[in-house]
Amino acid sequence: MSTVTEDGILGNTERHEIKELDSVTILFAGDSGDGMQITGSQFTDASVVFGNDISTFPDFPAEIRAPSGTLAGVSAYQLHFSNHDIRTPGDRVDTLVAMNAAALKKYLPELEKGGILIADKSGFGPNELKKVDYASNPLEDGSLSEYRVVQADITAQTIAAVKPAGLTGRNAERCKNFYTLGIAYYLYDRPLEPTFDEIRKRFAKKEPVIAEANIAAIQAGYNFAHTIELFKVTYRVRRAVFEPGTYRNISGNLATAMGVAAAASRSGRKVFFGSYPITPASDILHELSRLKHFGVLTFQAEDEIAAVASAVGASFGGILGVTCSSGPGIALKSEAINLAVMTELPLVVIDVQRSGPSTGMPTKTEQADLLMALFGRNSDSPIPVIAPATPGECFECIYEAARVAVKYMTPVMFLSDGYLGNGAEPWKIPDAAALKAFNPSWGLDPAGFKPYARNPDTGARPWVPVGTPGLNYRTTGIEKAENSGGISYDPENHQRMTKARFDKVAKIAQEIPATPVFGAQEGDLLVVSWGGTYGATLTAAETVFAQGKKIGHVHLRWLNPLPPDLGSILKRYKKILVPEINVGQLAYHLRGTYGIPVESYARIRGKAFTVGELVTAYHAQLPQGA
Amino acid sequence: MTPTTTPAPAKAFTPQDFHSGLIVRWCPGCGDYAILAAVQKVLSERGKAPHEYAFVSGIGCSSRFPLYMSTYGFHSIHGRALAVATGVKAAAPSQEVWVITGDGDCLSIGGNHFIHALRRNQDLKIILFNNEIYGLTKGQYSPTSRKGLVNKSAPYGVIDEPANPLRLALAAGATFVARTADNDMAHMTEVFRRAAAHKGSAFIEVLQNCVIFNDKVFEEYYGVKTRKDTLIYLHDGQPLLYGKTVERGLRLDGFSFSSVEASGEAKIHVHDEHESTGALANALAGLTHPDYPVPLGVFRQVERPAYHELMYEQVDAARKAYGEPDLAKLLKGPKTWTVS
Ligand code: SF4
Repeated sequence: MSTVTEDGILGNTERHEIKELDSVTILFAGDSGDGMQITGSQFTDASVVFGNDISTFPDFPAEIRAPSGTLAGVSAYQLHFSNHDIRTPGDRVDTLVAMNAAALKKYLPELEKGGILIADKSGFGPNELKKVDYASNPLEDGSLSEYRVVQADITAQTIAAVKPAGLTGRNAERCKNFYTLGIAYYLYDRPLEPTFDEIRKRFAKKEPVIAEANIAAIQAGYNFAHTIELFKVTYRVRRAVFEPGTYRNISGNLATAMGVAAAASRSGRKVFFGSYPITPASDILHELSRLKHFGVLTFQAEDEIAAVASAVGASFGGILGVTCSSGPGIALKSEAINLAVMTELPLVVIDVQRSGPSTGMPTKTEQADLLMALFGRNSDSPIPVIAPATPGECFECIYEAARVAVKYMTPVMFLSDGYLGNGAEPWKIPDAAALKAFNPSWGLDPAGFKPYARNPDTGARPWVPVGTPGLNYRTTGIEKAENSGGISYDPENHQRMTKARFDKVAKIAQEIPATPVFGAQEGDLLVVSWGGTYGATLTAAETVFAQGKKIGHVHLRWLNPLPPDLGSILKRYKKILVPEINVGQLAYHLRGTYGIPVESYARIRGKAFTVGELVTAYHAQLPQGA
Repeated sequence: MTPTTTPAPAKAFTPQDFHSGLIVRWCPGCGDYAILAAVQKVLSERGKAPHEYAFVSGIGCSSRFPLYMSTYGFHSIHGRALAVATGVKAAAPSQEVWVITGDGDCLSIGGNHFIHALRRNQDLKIILFNNEIYGLTKGQYSPTSRKGLVNKSAPYGVIDEPANPLRLALAAGATFVARTADNDMAHMTEVFRRAAAHKGSAFIEVLQNCVIFNDKVFEEYYGVKTRKDTLIYLHDGQPLLYGKTVERGLRLDGFSFSSVEASGEAKIHVHDEHESTGALANALAGLTHPDYPVPLGVFRQVERPAYHELMYEQVDAARKAYGEPDLAKLLKGPKTWTVS
């Protein structure tokens, strides 16, 4: 049996107290094979069911099986849970679970001074220490004196705990993440039953031994922490107050997939989903492949170009084509996207952005494809661009992208990112019946049919389902004459058609509601953000506004067209600041569009902003002492 | 393009009914004209109206083809016709979809889609206009150009080994593979008829003469005067015989064919389009002038489910298993909680 080392603060004879906290950030880190993603998501589910608000950030290595015990092989899951509305996975970590030396080395800098470290001693053997260049064992050399260290031989204890269930060897060892989960449940006073139910539901039929072993491991970890009073203090985070409604936990990629299924179900036409696997977008393909009964035809193409070209073909055929990728794949798709621009066919292009350029850091987030989305194609090629702010908003935005693509007969670019795609939050389930209708039938009367006539309200041409008698027409990527769609090299016609394509996209502004401005409605500083930085940029703005500063915050959902009222809002502030996880792309775009000075706060580290750094950045733009 | 009114389906169609009315702008004497005429003739015999067809192409001289048809047509981007057509067929499974492509479009820039469309047995009739040259970009060598050919992009002669379109198609698992020639209307229409009747990918290589940049490249063996001695016409279940007086034939020796006198004892091989391994079709596809007669006709025809059938089967099975889609239920997912 293992020993428990107290670090002086903890004593196993005293009765522990329970302390109330408003919010906690916990980070589970271990080797890729240690099951940290499962541990994290189980803790998340338990917190969600309990009623906390949550925000998560899974951070895993790009390699599928990086050498064990190395820094490259560390997989982590960060969870922020609270009794109030939160929007980010937390700036600093309160409790770090480190299953080995590499996990500690990688994530110790994130741990608050005075924070709790739970470590598995068996992951700190001479080999593990050597692999990450620890000269001595940090669990023993006193270097962690600023933290509250709880260490145990979790591996050995787990093996003992699951023996009665019938598991031995490597299989038994694999349950150590559940043992750790039990310890964490004790520390944060989480109920165990929902997790037990979940495990039974998932494994009981196929692998009853595994189910029982996992449950035994959780219970043993919990009992261990309880009976030997591992923690002097345990913590409780009460329920958050949510708007009334029914909630679920949702990740951005899942919400995106469901939005595509909703489009298929509400448009009255099927959806064709052409995709090629790529991190971090593949989950959308996985989800949709299971939703065929919603009328989603999924097609795993031979490459990114076939994925988009087949989607364009499907749109020509008469059902909405959707394609999905990340930055490198979108770059490959640009010629075929332009074919949809030129032929004026609907198309939805999903870009779950990741860190680049080139392969970059595939599992890390970034929002640096904005200018590519706006301008990254040959010639004058206007494309509407929409970006969700939160994981849950991916649903609404992708549905809107699909609806607008059909209504205006245009490709629409949907810019999610790795942070939104993999991150999760509680989501108030929308009313399916209240989703706006699609109305694609226009201009389909064979008498006087003109394939490139334009709807006066939208500028869109008719969407003809292939096979309709009397409407057979040909289209091409060559410039077409107005109305008839015949090939035209007439210079004036090209000028008019180019303008018509731009006007059509500009008209989408009529879909954009008035822009809400948080905080000061005029004054010293306006923060403008877009995409996945919403939570951090707004929370920081709330903080600075509460300090009495004349600061406002605007978050953009549509990047093209920009909201019609944005120009007048920008004029009401002395300074404009755009924080972005890129070198300043929106800032550049706003300067070009409005001809005004725009400050940029650019951080390109493959991870989300912290609220703390934004607060500092905002202050730096505000008049001193104001 | 200008819309065309489709006649009622009951009516018998003429080739003219399949013409869009657009003036055809290939070079005078180009082999493309004959192929267009052959396709229009075959379609007019089949009882389907123009609106029941879709023609999809990429970029190249031949890719203008859909614009000249009165059917639905999509002249898309270079190399991607097969990918685009895959989407069209998925969206409109009852539409008969034809793909028009060239040696550059299909085998060079579009090579990947070629392999995968055939592997999946996409229900597409694919006509490859092989003129062994890039025409639209004015005369560079193509992946089927012969070694040593001198032209603008190969002033010292082509050093690439040419691709064999039929062998590529067979290797990719094509279920229908044929070759015909632009100077033989009767043969072309017969091959197109067979292709149209095939379910799944039907791949046809047409030897097409480019009068401007590669004139008479096939003349040595498909020339009308000599072709009886230099071509061999494949007929299912018939011995592989050729020659002006049908005096020669092909005998199978191990893995390859030998050209022999067709005397009584000679074991002339009997052509079998349905031979399961495809090995014999592959051996035939490897026969080249002047050592062998060049085969024309259907090399291989086998049955396999078409991709769109399997795709829709899965959709139907999912509908059966899960019932009508319930969006509200999907949005709720497995675990919810309510705040009042
Ligand atoms: S360039 Fe050659 S292939 Fe192209 S249209 Fe002229 S003759 Fe035909």
